[in-house]
Amino acid sequence: MDSSPLVLTLASIILASTPLIIAVCGEILTERSGIVNLSLDGTMLMSAMTGFVVAFETDNVWLGFLGAMGVGAFFAFIVAFGSIRLRQSQFAIGFVLTLLGDDLSAFLGQNYTRIPGPVVQHYAIPILKDIPIIGPIFFNQNVIVYFAYILVFVTWFWLFRTQPGLRLRSAGDRPEAGFARGVGINFQRYLYTIIGGGLVGVAGASYSLNIKIGWAEGLTRGFGWIALAIVIFGGWSPIRGMFGALLFGATKALATYLQRTFPEVSVVAFNAIPWVLMILVLLLVGSDFTERVITVAPKSLRRPLQRFLKISPPQALGSTFVED
Amino acid sequence: MNANRWIRWVWPAVPIAGALVVTSLLLFFFGAAPLEAFQAMYDGAFGDQAKTLSVLAFWVPLLLAGTGLLVTFKAGLWNIGIEGQIVMGAIAASWVALRMEAPSAVLITVEILAAMLAGALWAALSAVLKTRGNVHEIFSGLALNSIAIIFTNYLISGPWQPPEGGTFRGTAPFQPGALLPLYENSRFSPLSLLLAAIAFTLVVIALRGTFWGLKLKAIGQNLRSAFLLGVSSEREMILAMMLCGALAGLGGAVRTLSWFDSLRQSISGGIGFMALLVVMLANYRMFLVPPIALFFSAVLSGSITLQLRTQLHSSLGGILTELMVLFVLLFGDWKKLGVFRKKDDDG
Repeated sequence: MDSSPLVLTLASIILASTPLIIAVCGEILTERSGIVNLSLDGTMLMSAMTGFVVAFETDNVWLGFLGAMGVGAFFAFIVAFGSIRLRQSQFAIGFVLTLLGDDLSAFLGQNYTRIPGPVVQHYAIPILKDIPIIGPIFFNQNVIVYFAYILVFVTWFWLFRTQPGLRLRSAGDRPEAGFARGVGINFQRYLYTIIGGGLVGVAGASYSLNIKIGWAEGLTRGFGWIALAIVIFGGWSPIRGMFGALLFGATKALATYLQRTFPEVSVVAFNAIPWVLMILVLLLVGSDFTERVITVAPKSLRRPLQRFLKISPPQALGSTFVED
Repeated sequence: MNANRWIRWVWPAVPIAGALVVTSLLLFFFGAAPLEAFQAMYDGAFGDQAKTLSVLAFWVPLLLAGTGLLVTFKAGLWNIGIEGQIVMGAIAASWVALRMEAPSAVLITVEILAAMLAGALWAALSAVLKTRGNVHEIFSGLALNSIAIIFTNYLISGPWQPPEGGTFRGTAPFQPGALLPLYENSRFSPLSLLLAAIAFTLVVIALRGTFWGLKLKAIGQNLRSAFLLGVSSEREMILAMMLCGALAGLGGAVRTLSWFDSLRQSISGGIGFMALLVVMLANYRMFLVPPIALFFSAVLSGSITLQLRTQLHSSLGGILTELMVLFVLLFGDWKKLGVFRKKDDDG
């Protein structure tokens, strides 16, 4: 039963959501510090290309990840520098970088398209992999998948249970108060934008070295935007973000399944499912619909519901802070 | 003598030159001589009459989209969904072209009106999601872009597939009377340029000379104080989006009825995103939009010739324009760089 279709599908959803989970964690760190790195889609393409090219030339997957991380961090640095030092619009810089990353990856990677290259090795965790059902779904994967789940926990712990995490959140929520207590707001923002960008780079490379193995123009196009939407849907929390990424992975699997089951319906229509879901989910968390649900709920449920449904972005997200 | 004034005059050229240098380095790195490559791009854009006409044909929908974006940017909206509005315009125009029979003049009028309506409605969806549902227009726009493109693919491979079988490439060519009248053997339609010029003029008048334009500006600069002053932000935002959507839809009609002769898979060709770049490079100054759009159109057409001559990927044209926008954004305002800040204080 370990290789039943359902178990295999669930395992493939876990694998397919891995890069999204990593990118979401990175962007949550960035946005929690008060900066929006809108360039995710372009950054992921650039890092997917870089990761593959470096891994191909050195025949070492980990060097590929390192290179991808560097590219992601560099793109993020441009966003941070432009918005903090030069006080330009973060959205404008991020958007241009999105398009630039797309075209630049197509140009720089033009001699490496559709050729086989190194792949992240499969590694089943001993003992744990033998647990029925759970084992084959979660522990019969590769290192990047395990990394993603550890990252979710570490990010959550760092943000909400440590001193440095408090400083990071103060930069995004109450920069004036943090600054008065001696936090270097702009230093925090530089630091976490660059770390976040590095993680987005890892996410991009895990497409080209793990899931869609190899490089082709536009390999990861669209996933960066989905990751940005999941950050909102996840309420800037890594754990909710992880569920968001899994949900989107599941809708992709659902679309594939529906295509096979209803061949008479034009296949392409099912591709719209994740995007429709994206609008509906953002509508759900953004509108006052959730407020209304909370007010009609029984009293004892209101507080937990509020904690679960209520989403508010970091208060100073996207604003500049002048240290004087 | 007066270093400040001198720098102020020369500075705008610096980011542009920077973009050219980086692009040249890329070319050099890939074994092409930069000067020859730029020559190839120039030849590809203005080498002969046919090529120039092709640049013009690409320019018109880009100009229409850029004109629309002037309105939404004025209202402080990031209409990334413009790509989808172009596509929906193209779909509506194709629907009329495929399903209606009428004299050419009537047919073209109905096609254009349908395209503008479809673009406006698709944009209104994004606007209402923002004002009522609190969904940022960037995200609704992106999702609606993808849905519009998927809808095109569905139509091409399903209900509107050509009789000889679905190819995924496009519908069968429309009846000749449905297409815009073209200049000689080109893909350039003078009528479309006339419409774009009218649209641009009207938008400039609306933004500069009417109370509505002033209201948009108030909303764009400070939403909260505009609200306190009694400007109905919701209505103005929806109207601004719909106006932009209508112009984008018209651009989509121009694409499908003159650049192509049928509904194609990549009907927009990225014109919406490119128009966002145009307006950003123009720094939201209206009269810079037409020349910059023309320049972008030339670079993009030229890079196709570059690919034919040097086998280098045609994305180089995009890289050049995007680097220009990035560098102008980052370094365009030399005062913000802080390098000369001290001098500034002295003067």
